[in-house]
Amino acid sequence: MAAGGVDAFVSHFQSLEQAMERGGRGWRLETRRAAIRRFAELGFPTTKDEEWKYTNVAPIARTAFRPAAARDPHGVIEERLEPFTFGVLKCTQLVFVNGHHSPRLSWRRSLPAGVRVASLAEAYRDDPGALQALGRLVPFESEPFTALNTAFFQDGALVDVPPGTALEEPVHLLFLSSAGVEPIASFPRNLIRLGERSRATVIETYAALDGAPYFTDAVTEIALGPEAVLDHYKLQREGENAFHVARTEVLQERASNLASSNFDLGGALVRNDTNTKFAGEGGELAMNGLYMLAGKQHVDNHTRIDHAAPSCASAELYKGILDGASRGIFNGKIFVRKEAQKTVARQTNKNLLLSKGAFVDSTPGLMILADDVKCNHGSTIGQLSDDALFYMRSRGIDEAAARNMLTFAFAGEMINRVKVAPMRVKVNEMVVRRLPYGHAAREDL
Amino acid sequence: MALLEIRNLHARVKDKEILRGIDMTVEAGEVHAIMGPNGSGKSTLAQVLAGRITYEVTQGTVRYDGKDLLAMKPEDRAREGVFMAFQYPVEIPGVGNAYFLKAALNAIRRYRGQPELDAMEFLELVNDRMKLLALDESFMKRSLNDGFSGGEKKRNEIFQMAVIQPRLAVLDETDSGLDIDALRVVSNGINTLRSKDRAMVVVTHYARLLEYVTPDVVHVLSNGRIVKSGGKELAHELEKTGYAWLETPDSGAKPAAV
Repeated sequence: MAAGGVDAFVSHFQSLEQAMERGGRGWRLETRRAAIRRFAELGFPTTKDEEWKYTNVAPIARTAFRPAAARDPHGVIEERLEPFTFGVLKCTQLVFVNGHHSPRLSWRRSLPAGVRVASLAEAYRDDPGALQALGRLVPFESEPFTALNTAFFQDGALVDVPPGTALEEPVHLLFLSSAGVEPIASFPRNLIRLGERSRATVIETYAALDGAPYFTDAVTEIALGPEAVLDHYKLQREGENAFHVARTEVLQERASNLASSNFDLGGALVRNDTNTKFAGEGGELAMNGLYMLAGKQHVDNHTRIDHAAPSCASAELYKGILDGASRGIFNGKIFVRKEAQKTVARQTNKNLLLSKGAFVDSTPGLMILADDVKCNHGSTIGQLSDDALFYMRSRGIDEAAARNMLTFAFAGEMINRVKVAPMRVKVNEMVVRRLPYGHAAREDL
Repeated sequence: MALLEIRNLHARVKDKEILRGIDMTVEAGEVHAIMGPNGSGKSTLAQVLAGRITYEVTQGTVRYDGKDLLAMKPEDRAREGVFMAFQYPVEIPGVGNAYFLKAALNAIRRYRGQPELDAMEFLELVNDRMKLLALDESFMKRSLNDGFSGGEKKRNEIFQMAVIQPRLAVLDETDSGLDIDALRVVSNGINTLRSKDRAMVVVTHYARLLEYVTPDVVHVLSNGRIVKSGGKELAHELEKTGYAWLETPDSGAKPAAV
């Protein structure tokens, strides 16, 4: 099949459906059917849709992607994972290739009693009831990419931490794409659940083993019980020809604490939707993001923070560095509902344009229905300061090195927020490698 | 050969001519003070020497150690041994003080074909310089001038100068905004760096700094020209009389409160 588009996916779904019927099992075929029907009705979003105004997904729609088959990724050897892991970090690591779990490449360290870190497919095989909660937080009725993921997903991660349990070592979910002869689509699906007063760190990495075009459509659902604490990192370092659409949906119960960090360093066309909802009092949220783009990269970050309960605090900081002819979009929405008194919400988006060809569209937004709140938002788009450049040059530092240092300093604030030290080192290296002015000052940074 | 030779220097910002023919010769080992009212062109002269592109040189020459200073990029001037202490040091969040200074020093050393310093060698070098300027270790870990008080910023400038060891130092209003203790520390730093191989051009509005740093020559700048030059006693004279006597028909210079 050469043509892409909605019909192609519907047709691919029929094959999946037949296979599932033959096998007589698989996660909720009825839900999947409803999802593909809904996707067929909605179609791919267009720029006429307010939420997709600046992001044209036509290149995804017109490419003939084939959902990646479940086969052991025989070509992938362990050594090739090294660039995508975190060196000395002690962690449980689940590796997925083209959306399918590879037990051979994964490793599991001993986990506290009751903690479950497993692939979804594996969890479902062992106990179909384990995925009861899947899909609860992510309705697909109005989201074509979520509908598509719901129809097609084959695997992903289940991280389940029971009440009162601290998972000290991070969990690393590594999603690799390795393209074959035709462009493939993969649909990672993750479910992260933290029980009351539990604690965990989860890192999602999306990366490519080669430069071929592919499409990742990922959905992560996160449910935080009362007083649960989660550090969630998403490191998007997809291949230079990759399409990446991801949705992260979080529900925060009473006094839970989420630190969300989102790094966009790769991909050709990227869209992230990162949404959280405070469903109980006293919740806290730090939402951080850094997008560092060059060439013709296009990265769109939409975030939504829903203050639906009183006395919750959210602090959001997204920073963008744009070079070449890249495009960056930040669209942040904060809702403070009528009952959400004593809300504290701060939203900031700062952008650094390194070239005349780069473009950013920043739309911060607050919608406040409660009256006793402290909320503010702000957005800046600027260039490197001439005063700072001159000051550095007047001390003997050449212009390219000075530009690199100032650019790095802008990113540094976000890098320093990474609490997992080996990951911080890795992100640091990646940012340094992406500095625009050659090798100047790199060795020092 | 003089270390610095300025001949008929004219410079402007946009359409406004600010320097209107400066002539000045500074020998190695000398300290020259440049005094004058606000708007006389003192800071412009300092910035032109450091290579700020905001100012366009329309006429004249500046020779430094026999070389055409105006043809050099700002970083090359620094590498050749020219240092400017800024009137308003720039705050640069996210760039560490120590990191910045080491990068600067090594850039200069590379240019001169000297081996770069590693972290240990650098620390050894800066340690006694920090004492000289009464700086503690936490200072080095902070971001460059970020959130520094006025006095800390000026001490940092002189500290950088003490580490970089330039041949020509241009100090732009280094005394402004300093309380008496900070002024003493900064002056002591400057005096320690005086040597027969090094020249300093001290730009100042008030004679205050010159009570601590005794100049060899004092120039009075008014309306873009040097209108009077003399010995250190000229500074004391200005202290008493102010700049009112400088008023010329087109200068607009106002008497300065002294």
